[in-house]
Amino acid sequence: MSSNPDVQDTVGFNESTKPSAARAPGHDTEALLKTVLADVLGIAAQAADALEADSGLFGHLPELDSMAVAGLLTEIEDRLGIVIEDDEVDGEMLETFGGLLAFVDAKVVES
Amino acid sequence: MIVGTWSPASQGAESASEELLVSFDQSRTHRVLILPALFDEANTLRRFTLSVMRALDASGVDSALPDLAGMNESLVPMRDQSLTRWRTQLGGLVESFGATQVLAMRGGAMLAPASLPGWRYAALDGPKLLATLLRARVVNAREAGRSETREALLEEGRVMGLRLAGWDFGAKMVCELENEQLAPASSHRAIDQSRLGGPGLWLRAEPDEDEDQARALADIVIADIGDAADPSS
Repeated sequence: MSSNPDVQDTVGFNESTKPSAARAPGHDTEALLKTVLADVLGIAAQAADALEADSGLFGHLPELDSMAVAGLLTEIEDRLGIVIEDDEVDGEMLETFGGLLAFVDAKVVES
Repeated sequence: MIVGTWSPASQGAESASEELLVSFDQSRTHRVLILPALFDEANTLRRFTLSVMRALDASGVDSALPDLAGMNESLVPMRDQSLTRWRTQLGGLVESFGATQVLAMRGGAMLAPASLPGWRYAALDGPKLLATLLRARVVNAREAGRSETREALLEEGRVMGLRLAGWDFGAKMVCELENEQLAPASSHRAIDQSRLGGPGLWLRAEPDEDEDQARALADIVIADIGDAADPSS
């Protein structure tokens, strides 16, 4: 799996590029979420970009097991500067891309 | 590549186990002890780690990657292991291999001997590592219709030990992971993922490889070795 420099430019790993708590939800969150999913699933940026609201995640993709989901949520927390509580994690938010995006957007607004 | 074994130093009357040691050893000047990523990340990063070692070998640097007792091919139970114990055991390997530097991957940074100069790649501390393992267990439980909380699991784990992501941890390991912060990297230079030109392979749901990233990491190590050998540069 080769890296994608375009994605790296928009979503970095440095402290300096970490988004602030005041980050607005919407397009940025969606792009970031797709990048994290591409990193976790090992798929190309274009394939991640094709994810739609009803695209199935947990329970639909065999490789996305509980360990991968835990890593995914931790990475989302790190890159967005949010905290996801265990009791907020349920089947509905993890089942589809749209569900996860709605949840993360709400967390960004909250933070 | 040489596939051999090493014997973790035994404590007291306990007999030492024999553990796997993969090395590139031509008795060269620079001999890097590679400390693997821990637990599930050891699997996802194994191929990457070996790729880094091959790249170091191609640049004239020896390296050795030990199995930690209880991990990978080891026959001894994880339940008996702890960070303290691993550190003690690795001290013996530093001597027997004649390591001149250490390269620690992710959680392996918690085990890096302060006596050796070296690097820690995308270092991970105990609380963060433990938090992800606990989260995986809680997610798994919720999927199965059970309700578990990290707090309750930890409370039990500190006394009884805990099974996380298939690893059967003893109470000592749970307590150590909960409290183990990374030492200030006075002798170990931090190598951030951002310098490797791609996302960390530990994020992958399934093991993957990336030769470009492996070469990038090896090149950083080689360049630092070169700088150390020639302080005027």
